[in-house]
Amino acid sequence: MSSEAGTHDQLFHRDDYAKKMGMWLFLFTEVLLFGGLFIVYAVYRFKNHEAFHEGSEELSTLIGTINTVFLLTSSLTVALAITAIQKGRSKRAINLIMVTLVLAFAFLVNKYFEWNVKFEHGLFPGMEHYKMLSNGEAQFFNLYFLMTGLHGIHVIVGGILLLIIAEGIKRGNINQGNYIYLENAGLYWHLVDVIWIYLFPLFYLIT
Amino acid sequence: MSEEKNTHVVSSQLNILIWLDLLIFTLITVEVAQFDFMALTVIMALLIATTKSFFVGSYFMHLKFENVLLRWLVIGVICLFVAVLILLFSDYLF
Repeated sequence: MSSEAGTHDQLFHRDDYAKKMGMWLFLFTEVLLFGGLFIVYAVYRFKNHEAFHEGSEELSTLIGTINTVFLLTSSLTVALAITAIQKGRSKRAINLIMVTLVLAFAFLVNKYFEWNVKFEHGLFPGMEHYKMLSNGEAQFFNLYFLMTGLHGIHVIVGGILLLIIAEGIKRGNINQGNYIYLENAGLYWHLVDVIWIYLFPLFYLIT
Repeated sequence: MSEEKNTHVVSSQLNILIWLDLLIFTLITVEVAQFDFMALTVIMALLIATTKSFFVGSYFMHLKFENVLLRWLVIGVICLFVAVLILLFSDYLF
């Protein structure tokens, strides 16, 4: 397989295509994980249309929109980082990853404040106000916390991955000739973005 | 194989153009949601979200430049999800 036969290459055969395929297969399981939750959302919404309307009135469209812009922009910076490393500009790639991390952090801070308000209003499952909600509204907030929470965990994991990769670029392990790990982390990051692209209208916009 | 990868470099300009498209679609989806189109509101929001995902998948995730096998796998997973959704709602709607 390795046509450019240095002994090093023969000893350590590298298959970037397989690595990418592996990443995609993992992403498929993620799609089905969130897909299942979206289906639960669809059914509950169908059965409790009015309650879901009331529920989404409680969420701030502005915060949701700002977070959408943060995530879309962070996807851009990851895509630009890949372009940069393909052109051999490692330093620029690291800087772009750092911008991504700042945006991810800003997203999470926003989310923290948003959740905090809900906690203060007692809307978290088990709290005072939550117990008084109708079944439909309770389902709405249940799903809201579950889905945005699970998504938030993915943002944190993606951020940690990108940080490790930035370190790899700094040490020279990830470079113009070998950047599959950055590509795969990028794929993960974009998937997290795509999931948010659906979460945003479903929870914040449709009332 | 290890060195001769089919690398396609997406230019920074194209990436930024896609990002601008995504922002415009976000603006549209926020504006459109102000109006009440009844059942169409959900469909409209999902159509715009899917358009945005298509841009992210094609350009940011490089699917447009990947080989046929990978692209068909992605299409297959999407079809599986849509099929589950349709089968489920065929129960609830009728």
